This record gives sequence, structure tokens and C-alpha cells, in this order.
Amino acid sequence: MQPDDLTFIFLNAFIINNFVLAFFLGLCPFLGVSAKLDTAWNMGLATMFVMLVSSLCAYGVNMLLVEFNLEFLRLICYIAVIASAVQLVEITIKKVSPELFRALGIFLPLITTNCAILGLALFQTFKEYDFLQCLVYSAGAGAGFTLALMLMAGLRVKLDLADVPSISRGSAISFMLAGILSLTFMGFAGLGGH
Amino acid sequence: MADLHHKPTPITMDTFLRGIWKENPVFVMLLGLCPALAVTNTTMNAIGMGLATLFVLVCSSALVSLLRSVIPKQVRIASYIVIIATFVTIVDYAIHAISLELYNALGAFIQLIVANCVILGRAESYASKNRVTKSVVNAFGIGIGFTFALLCLGTVREVLGSGTILGYSLFGESFQPWVVMVLPPGGFFVIGAWLLLFSWLKERKQRKILKQEETARATG
Repeated sequence: MQPDDLTFIFLNAFIINNFVLAFFLGLCPFLGVSAKLDTAWNMGLATMFVMLVSSLCAYGVNMLLVEFNLEFLRLICYIAVIASAVQLVEITIKKVSPELFRALGIFLPLITTNCAILGLALFQTFKEYDFLQCLVYSAGAGAGFTLALMLMAGLRVKLDLADVPSISRGSAISFMLAGILSLTFMGFAGLGGH
Repeated sequence: MADLHHKPTPITMDTFLRGIWKENPVFVMLLGLCPALAVTNTTMNAIGMGLATLFVLVCSSALVSLLRSVIPKQVRIASYIVIIATFVTIVDYAIHAISLELYNALGAFIQLIVANCVILGRAESYASKNRVTKSVVNAFGIGIGFTFALLCLGTVREVLGSGTILGYSLFGESFQPWVVMVLPPGGFFVIGAWLLLFSWLKERKQRKILKQEETARATG
């Protein structure tokens, strides 16, 4: 597969270089919201939506900035775009499903400081993707984030029933689990062959 | 660091020290994990990242605290983010000019300091409610605590993963490096191990206190 191939870009962001397990992006919600399966699923979807919107906006903003030679403003513009996108999602969810709004709680506004989203905008700029590639890349990254969150939530639901030593209860054992998950994802590295 | 201690009021000492141990951003509050795990595969990267974050943290806390009566409540988060992003841009260009090697090693993670929840958390929960000096001292403590945590992770990962420390070989030729430690899974394992150690220490301390109370009760 060619590195510019759309399938490759999707797979790359989805599993080979999974944002959470290979780049450590978006760890706060990964550990914070992965206690229950359905919250994890909804959080994943919300993040994926914000990713799509902000990635496309970032693409447009970057084109404008390059046009006017204002690249040093890139970071500030990106974060403003992301903050607005999060606000949009927040208003939508609040209107459509107040229950979900309560379940996500503080983690919804915190999507703004989810590094996976800013990271996505920055990476696509570094890689100089065109519009379609950006779209596929953000879809892959969002799907990968949701996948990692769901896997972790599934494991943690099982873990609640397990009898682990008292000192490792809570975050320590979650990190160990994430490590093992990350180790398995390393196995996909051969898939892209790059 | 010394000039911050001109007025050693008891509150100031505590506000400074709290960030290093009791409220350590990484090990206790579990914030700012992304840079803490992503760039700590060598000690040098950990130090660079820690200092960059420290700078942004102190500067943005000072500015947020200065402007706390000017910023309207409704748009405060956006304003904080813009302030933080400004300082991160400064750091980004500064590191690029000072050390290209470090800049390449840290990559996008310098710009990702913007999305570090430690900094926004400080601005929201501390700097927006306190005097400038107090917020700066507190931010300094948190920043040192963050750098300390990064160093804890970075040294362990570098020693185990490549058998070196700051680039100097430790064990000689025969050492077989434990490569997985410098790769992503190693980051999770090392921070998990540190958390295990800390909670073991905490539990031991509690048990000791409990025992003392029991003996006190028995004798008394």
C-alpha cells in the first residue's frame, strides 16, 4: 500500500498508529470515562464528531494562514476552532439527550483539552494532507479512539469482578491494562509495512 | 527559585510544596498524562518537556491572575486557552532556535502543551481566584512537580530501555536493552509501576498509624 492511499491513511490512524495506544493522545478521557461501556461508546462518538468538524475547519484555517503568511498564529487559531466545535457538540447533546449530557458531565467541555483533537489537526498539517485525506484521517483517528475506549471499558468491567491486590486498585491496574493493550496493538505495526 | 521565597509566609511555603508531592499533577491528580508518557523515552526529553511546561504554566498563571477581574466569566475558558496558546507559541519558537535536536525529538508535543490539562486546570481553579504572587508560587510548585514526575518516568525508561542515562552508557557492551520500555507500552508499564509503589508506601504509612493507635489504646 502507498502511504498516500486512503485505505492506508484510515488503517494507519485506526489501528497501526492508534492515537491513544501509540501516541498517548487523549489519555484523560481514556482513563476517566472508560468505567462503563455505554458512556465510553457515547464519549467516543462525541469525540469522533468533534474530530471530524475540527479537522475540516483546521484544514480551511491552515489554507488561509498559509495564504497570508501567518503560520505562527496556527496554534491559536486551531485551538479556537476546536473550542467552538466542542461548544457546538455540547449544545447539540444538551438539546438532543439531556441524560447523555449528564452522564458525560465534566468530560464534555474537557474535549477541548483532549490532545487527540489538537494532535490530529497538527499531524494533518505536518503530513500536508489534502481535503479528502484529512477527512479520512480524522475518521480513522476518531474510530481508533472509540475502539480504544471501548476495549478499555470492556476490560475494566471485567476487572471490577477480579480480586486484585489492594494497592493496585484504581489507576495503577488500569495503566498496566493499557500497557498490555498497547503491546497487542504493536503487533499491527507490520500491517502497513512502512 | 530563591527570589520567590522573599516572604516565607506559612501559606506560601505550603502553596509551593503542595504541587510537588501532595498534589503532584501526574502521580496524584493523573493530569497531563499525554506528554508525561509520550516524550519520556529519554531523560533529556523529559527535562526539556518539563521545563517548557513549567515556563508556560508560570507565565500563563501570572497573566490569568493579573487579568482575572477583566476577563468576563462566560468566555473565561476561551480566554485562558488563548493566553496559554500564546506562551506555547513562544516556547515552540524558542526551542526551535535553541536546540534543533530537542525540537525534533519532542515534535508536535511542544505545541500540544496547549492541550495539557494541568495548565488549564491551574488557570481555572487557582490563578483566576488568587493574587499574582500566590498563583505564580503555586504554578511554580506544580511545574516542578510535573518535571519531577517526568524525570521519574524518563530515567527509568531510559535506563531499562536503552541502558543509558542522559546518553552515557551505564552497563557496558553486554547489556541487552529492554526495548519495549522506550516504546509506547513501556510508558504505561512504568507509570503503573510508580503508582503501585506510591500506593504501597501510602498503605504502609496508614498501617503504621493504625498500629500506633492500637498500641496507644492498649497501653492507655
